[in-house]
Amino acid sequence: MSTRRTFIKQAGSITVGFSLLGPLACTTEAQNSAPIIPGGQVDENKIDAWIKLLDDGSIQVITGKMELGQGLSTAILQVAAEELNTPFEKLSLQLAETGVTPDEGITAGSRSMETSAMSVRQASACLREILLEKTAEKYANEIASLQVENGQVSGAGNTYSFKEILDGEQVEKSVFEPTEYYGKTRRKFVGQPLKRPDLEKMVRGEAFYVQDLRFPNMVHARVVRPPSYTASLKSIDDSGLADSPGYVKLVRSGSFLAVLAEKESQAVGLQRSVKGKVTWDTGQELKQADDLASFVKSLPSDTNVDEETGDWADAASGAAITLEATYAKPWVMHAANGPSCAVAIFEDDQLHIWSHSQGVYPLRETIANLVKLPQEKVHVKGVPGSGCYGHNAADDVAAEAALIAMEIPGRHVRLQWMREEEHGWEPYGTAMVMEHRAALDSNGKIQGWQYELWSDAHSTRPTSGDPANLLPGRYVEASFGTPGQGWRGGAIRNAPPIYQTDAFTLTSHIFEGPLRVSALRSLGAYANVFSIECFMDELAEKADVDVFTFRMNHLQDERAIACLERLQEMTQEVNPADNQGLGIGFARYKNSASYCAVAALVEVTDGNPVVKQMWGVIDAGECINPDGLKNQTEGGMIQSASWTLKEAVKWNDQHITSVDWQSYPMLRFKEVSIVEVEVIDRPELPPLGAGEAAQGPAAAAVVNGIYFATGKRVRILPVGRLG
Amino acid sequence: MKSISLTVNGTSQTLELDPGTPLLYVLREELELNGPKFGCGLQQCGACMVILDGKATPSCVLPVAAAEGKEVVTLEGLAKEDGTLHPVQQAFLDEQAAQCGYCLNGMVMHAVSVLDENPAAGEEEIREALDINICRCGTHSRILKAILKARKS
Repeated sequence: MSTRRTFIKQAGSITVGFSLLGPLACTTEAQNSAPIIPGGQVDENKIDAWIKLLDDGSIQVITGKMELGQGLSTAILQVAAEELNTPFEKLSLQLAETGVTPDEGITAGSRSMETSAMSVRQASACLREILLEKTAEKYANEIASLQVENGQVSGAGNTYSFKEILDGEQVEKSVFEPTEYYGKTRRKFVGQPLKRPDLEKMVRGEAFYVQDLRFPNMVHARVVRPPSYTASLKSIDDSGLADSPGYVKLVRSGSFLAVLAEKESQAVGLQRSVKGKVTWDTGQELKQADDLASFVKSLPSDTNVDEETGDWADAASGAAITLEATYAKPWVMHAANGPSCAVAIFEDDQLHIWSHSQGVYPLRETIANLVKLPQEKVHVKGVPGSGCYGHNAADDVAAEAALIAMEIPGRHVRLQWMREEEHGWEPYGTAMVMEHRAALDSNGKIQGWQYELWSDAHSTRPTSGDPANLLPGRYVEASFGTPGQGWRGGAIRNAPPIYQTDAFTLTSHIFEGPLRVSALRSLGAYANVFSIECFMDELAEKADVDVFTFRMNHLQDERAIACLERLQEMTQEVNPADNQGLGIGFARYKNSASYCAVAALVEVTDGNPVVKQMWGVIDAGECINPDGLKNQTEGGMIQSASWTLKEAVKWNDQHITSVDWQSYPMLRFKEVSIVEVEVIDRPELPPLGAGEAAQGPAAAAVVNGIYFATGKRVRILPVGRLG
Repeated sequence: MKSISLTVNGTSQTLELDPGTPLLYVLREELELNGPKFGCGLQQCGACMVILDGKATPSCVLPVAAAEGKEVVTLEGLAKEDGTLHPVQQAFLDEQAAQCGYCLNGMVMHAVSVLDENPAAGEEEIREALDINICRCGTHSRILKAILKARKS
């Protein structure tokens, strides 16, 4: 019988063979660091929760967040490199893993720089100060004569390695307020466009993703999906199945059905053949949405007045012009390029899961409840996957792999969804309807603004431990049902306009829609900002003021104004042709994070809108890596243009019909725009979340550009072909 | 089961397997290569592209039997033996032309094949060719820049 230590050893040997993931690794097993304590908690107040010296003398930087392609690994390494004045080559990174890293919840909301990176910065600065003190004590030097450089402390002609200074001990002290942050005073690593170390692994085709994990004797699984959300499994004819090539077994619990085979292609074959051998009880019909806005508004909803300031009646009564407009956006999918994947093994009473989840700790708790194991028996290790852009099927596939692994103890189970499953079963970003009404006075000032929105939940993440939030939770024998109403806050993110008015009212109607939904990059901010920024253009036209000036007339925040001014400069020379228009959009994400202004030059030929070029300006406070920040912003702009122009989930009375890249078109190379982003760096300020800042402004820029190109005001997304 | 012979990254391989197995699974599972990725299994996204007898080809549907006697190059096979990257790979690094990087295999393989065929390929030609390659992170603008840059090296 093997013990936990042998697991660590085995997994270690695999991961080492898998070459991998270091220096940016997701491995602890490969390193000779602390053993995994699956049920353990890491004390985030301790320095060594964030930074450790490994036996080989290298330095391990630790984060409870995940690399999602956003470049988090690089930025976190940068802040540590700065405080220890030590280059990347001497550092490795440990990503989120239960029992190993601090519990930092979910990697979401563009919060990782504000939280995790700042914890790493503080712990690293503390470590530096402790190293200097200890060196001075041990070798009778003056602290002032010592300096930390390249993984060593040097002074008076001597150099001391961190390892010899600490004598093999970790710094287990609690973090404290250091006397200096090199990240603020020196900025040798921070603020520089350092290249991402993980990119070289990708470009060489090295094992990097959870999809690339291989273990000896690993078995491959596929899930046989019901014909609709609510269908239930009636019977299965399993005659002859055992003779299929590579057949290992069928796993069934209630309406959850999976096939296992020795080879992946055999599992795919079995999934296909078993599909024809299952009889399902058809579930409820899915309601159809012939007209998006009226369909959404017809759904039963729960209404709340979220904000009410000033007196609308008063504002409206003195208005020269009152304007109203209704906008809508459909259900949009994350649609990761690589379908979701996980590996799991149940061995010696322990369940180990490798997952690209955004939240390993919440997932551990929820899976423990699903498979009915105590939490300390479940270990979840974060390994990067394909970009997720929010809560996609990462948690679902991990839960399914776990359920299956419980049925075949001692063997690693690898499960990857097929394209039609990823498209058809992930939780989408919800449809929304946005109704604006505003009163303008005769000077072109907005006196009052009323905003009423309709939205489903924006997060059904497994954060409460309830397995209903995991897709298989509803299908297993003892069903956990479906999630209740999600978090209201997502719908009203960025719903209050940043612009000054005397009166403002926000009313939200949260409905339960026909489709499975959860967090998609920026949550409600995409739709709210899209509609606010289009409405601002509509108001500017009524006020007869240009779109830049109209916005600036209603702003007092200097950083907001600086962003718009910079954008105006960048686009000054743009001279749109007759069939072209230049549109803009602006927002401060969450009204408390990054400022982002976007312009789009759109060309419309025979009703087909193509974005030729986009410009972006972003102020994310202190910028850790300007190229990383630009890359995120550029990507956000292009992704948002794709959502806005092309994307909408479709379904029939049974199931989703957008099941591949033909039935769910997105922006592709022929029509994708060139983008250019400038960063306003404010090193004296704290860093702000940036990864989601461009989604809303870019959507508005595109649609406003279409208006200037054609005179047609598009209010219902996706834009599609103009009639 | 059948014996299939093909050359992968310069090494000849003879494998005993179901000749209908898509080439992608053979590369990933039998030969433990990581470059080609499963994206759609429908030849719609390009994540699984390899260079087959000199031409970028999706490998997710193509039965391995169809590659019998042919030469397959994967992402792993582009760099020189001393580790020097292919100019296209290097350009992707220089331009930091990736976010999650899942599409990168297809982007690089397809670009190599396009530039092999026409070293002077222009932006329009590259856009046209790579239209099959999906990137969900929106890294297209950087990828285009990288390929245009690689053209010069």
